[in-house]
Amino acid sequence: MTVVLPQSPSRPALRHRLAERGVDRTLLLVLPGALAVIALFCYPFLYGLQLSFQPASGGVLGAYHAFFSEPFARKSIWQTFSLAIPASLINVGVSVPISYRMRRDFRGKRLLLALLVVPITLGTVLTAEGILEFYGPAGWFNHTLNLLGLASSPVQLTMNYTGVLLSLIISGFPFAYLLTHSYLSGIHPSLEKAASTLGADWWQRFRHITFPLLLPGLMTTFCLSFVMAFAVFPSAMMVGDPDGKTHVISIEAYEAALEHFDYAQGCADAMIMTVLMLVVIVAVTTLRSRLYSGSTGGKG
Amino acid sequence: MSTVTPMTTAKPVPSTEPDAGAAARPASQLGALELRGISRAYGAHTALHPLDLTIRGGEFVALLGPSGCGKTTALNSLAGLLPLTAGEIVLDGRRIDTLPPEKRGFGMVFQNYALFPHLTVRANVAFGLKMRGVGKAETTRRVDAVLALVHLGEQAHKHPGQLSGGQQQRVAIARAIVMEPPLVLMDEPLSNLDAALRLEMRSEIRRIHQEFGLTTLYVTHDQEEALSLADRLVVLHEGRVSQIGTPADLYEHPANPHVAAFMGYRNLLPLTVTSADAAGAAATGRGLTVRGTAVGDGQLREGGPVTVAIRPEDLRIAGADEPALGEAVAEIVEYHGRVLHVEAVTREGDRIHLKSSGTVRPGDALSVAVDAERALFFPEPAPSTVAATEPAGEVPS
Repeated sequence: MTVVLPQSPSRPALRHRLAERGVDRTLLLVLPGALAVIALFCYPFLYGLQLSFQPASGGVLGAYHAFFSEPFARKSIWQTFSLAIPASLINVGVSVPISYRMRRDFRGKRLLLALLVVPITLGTVLTAEGILEFYGPAGWFNHTLNLLGLASSPVQLTMNYTGVLLSLIISGFPFAYLLTHSYLSGIHPSLEKAASTLGADWWQRFRHITFPLLLPGLMTTFCLSFVMAFAVFPSAMMVGDPDGKTHVISIEAYEAALEHFDYAQGCADAMIMTVLMLVVIVAVTTLRSRLYSGSTGGKG
Repeated sequence: MSTVTPMTTAKPVPSTEPDAGAAARPASQLGALELRGISRAYGAHTALHPLDLTIRGGEFVALLGPSGCGKTTALNSLAGLLPLTAGEIVLDGRRIDTLPPEKRGFGMVFQNYALFPHLTVRANVAFGLKMRGVGKAETTRRVDAVLALVHLGEQAHKHPGQLSGGQQQRVAIARAIVMEPPLVLMDEPLSNLDAALRLEMRSEIRRIHQEFGLTTLYVTHDQEEALSLADRLVVLHEGRVSQIGTPADLYEHPANPHVAAFMGYRNLLPLTVTSADAAGAAATGRGLTVRGTAVGDGQLREGGPVTVAIRPEDLRIAGADEPALGEAVAEIVEYHGRVLHVEAVTREGDRIHLKSSGTVRPGDALSVAVDAERALFFPEPAPSTVAATEPAGEVPS
């Protein structure tokens, strides 16, 4: 017969102490995902980072110095921002009134929803091709303008800034809309009803109740929209002006790495791009953390 | 957030004297509100059949009925949150049913409170005043007075999420009454609270109604709540008015078996009339024989169907020489302090409910009796939904 000594009450079992801190066996399920992230993201990132500090000439920071001392390369920062910021603002801004309206039931809602979301299923290349065909100098859009007598010569909407912006809106809007829609449906409808019984007209209801509750969600949507737009590459090449107005950072990095075979420079460009994205995201999330972000249900 | 209240020599600071604001208020902001045949249909389904009702200033009216009876539809139509299908609403001679909710100026307390989660208690209460463009000093004065009235002065800086259910409820009431609305609409405001708090808030609502000189329309499915709070009750059933009257009217003289069921007549027995004359009426069927009093509009005729309504507390165990209503076997006995609630089954399988101060055990054979004036005879057959075994609403304990 064995005697089991009772555990000292002052020192609970290790498993219990770990559980107190939220650590238990189910946490092991995270392991495959974590390994994949390390292998597929962290390693290439760190590899690229160290590569960016080993340029052929100019010392450790040579590649970075080269980027910032070259006016054409430096300008790509401005060109990327001037595409990504308006595109994200338009996507988020337009998705607010549309999802606000889509909260109610009406005939044909499902069809409209499908039409709004379908561009997700199209690849960027297909979208770009569509834009070229539709908005091009000989496309339907210019045909129609010409027939209506609104323009004597074709309006240039492709192979320039406008073409890329259109492409970013078409491919980015569905994401922004879906996110905004789900944030908006999380706000209990009784809040607006309460506001209306308190004398608030539709604009006051939106301004004082719905918008402040929606704003944190809109900021998250903006971040995601921005990241997608900031990494613009195929559309900048296909419907833009890659050697001029739409020479964005990703094209700069691509040319350095795969046209001039300067891997160190390409990596440095990619790192600059990452830092710029992070700066924007950190700024937006800092701003977001200062807003109200609790429950948006009817019961406070 | 708070601004300093400019003090005048004539007025005391409201927050130190919570009753000062209430005492200075007129008896009511409302002369009369008339609902003229208001109805609401959803496609082919009529949720609310034409309803006529006049609410006088200072009155506390309860709309009572089981869920789906149209009471919330009526309230939302009145608030302007639902358009009417027909009828009109007239406030002191002015037609208001075409106005949007923000123009009606009624205060409304929602079932889920609908407090704005991102605003403090003070900002929640001040919201309506801000929308109306009331000045800052006046807003502060009125908000302070109302918060003192609902005993929430200390919590003014908190967000709704930091408050208990009862406190949130009081914020919702404060927010609705700070506008001094001609009419306050309350949609089952106590249904999310636990039993003890519900009792406490019930008297609180009545106190605020009186102190603030409000006119209140209160929707509930709880007849005990309605009886204790309201000056007048409107019982709705399947979108139609069953009866309108004072609590005593409805409690003592229910118009039909449906209202009777709501007023605690838990035993509704479908029997056949054997005699009906000036001295009284008698009915029999399903192994039971009962003498009672004819009520309601219809005429009793011998051989015709009748619904006999008896409260559990009026049904007693028959004495030795007393004519019994029938025999039943006790099945479920619940302890309720001074009395036992007994559910017994008759030989025919009907369930009857009675209260007994003596000892009853499950399985005991009981011979039950009722005084003739306590057994109400409703000539019309009971609607199928109001069955004797299925009492609507809660029974007062």
